Amino acid sequence: MRGWRRKGGRVVAEFEQQEAAVLRGLVSQVEDMLRARAEEAPSDELSELTGIRTGPSESPNDPVLSRLLPDFHMLDPDNPAKETLDSVAALRSLHEPEVLEAKVGVAAEVMRSLPPEGGGVRLTYEQADAWLSALNDVRLALGTALDVNEEMPDELPEEDPRAPHLGVYHWLTWVQESLVQAMTE
Amino acid sequence: MTTPVEAEETLGADAGSEDRPWQTIVWNDPVNLMSYVTYVLQKIFGYSRDHATKLMLDVHHKGRATVSSGTKEKVEGDVAKLHAAGLWATMEQP
Repeated sequence: MRGWRRKGGRVVAEFEQQEAAVLRGLVSQVEDMLRARAEEAPSDELSELTGIRTGPSESPNDPVLSRLLPDFHMLDPDNPAKETLDSVAALRSLHEPEVLEAKVGVAAEVMRSLPPEGGGVRLTYEQADAWLSALNDVRLALGTALDVNEEMPDELPEEDPRAPHLGVYHWLTWVQESLVQAMTE
Repeated sequence: MTTPVEAEETLGADAGSEDRPWQTIVWNDPVNLMSYVTYVLQKIFGYSRDHATKLMLDVHHKGRATVSSGTKEKVEGDVAKLHAAGLWATMEQP
């Protein structure tokens, strides 16, 4: 693809078949992880009656999920205060369902609007916002898995097992940056 | 027979400290794009491009910035929206 541009009140781009396959593969993996997390939420008759959803109170063990669903307070890693820990658990339980719903929603939007065989993608501004969030989630997931840091080079040495994946990460960065530019120009 | 329990005025409110405002903090992150962080701050809070850019640069250079403040309930909602957008946000009551 050669970047996003505005056209007639829409944001448009052309995706090669392989590009569409890579992006759809990554987005659906993140979507599956998020849906699996949502299914871990305690469900009981009480919450069905009251309509108040509660999520898990503990941070995910998986580093990718835990980056996608951060704690609501910054914890002192050596000596977290008991009341802060209690509040972190309560706020996660209260708000994680809505954050998960938003993330699953934007992933589903990309899967709907990006044809598996590639080709033209034409987004409303609302759909483009969903794409921006979904692209960001995929970059967070891949960035966490690749242990990306501020000094990440454009390419890693060939013997580094992360080398082939870093190209995909940089491509996603470019796709997202181009979409932000198209939305703000 | 029964009597109603004494309900707290605000569910989950911390008695005695509810008047002190809470703050929403955004932390620096090696993945999030500077342009995207600015865009999200404009969109969620309705900030001007200049103000959102200034906050983003604070995050980038100082490691963190306070991006909103208010009641506990408001700030909780702000943090949840920032998490949905993928920013690394937390809340504190200084």
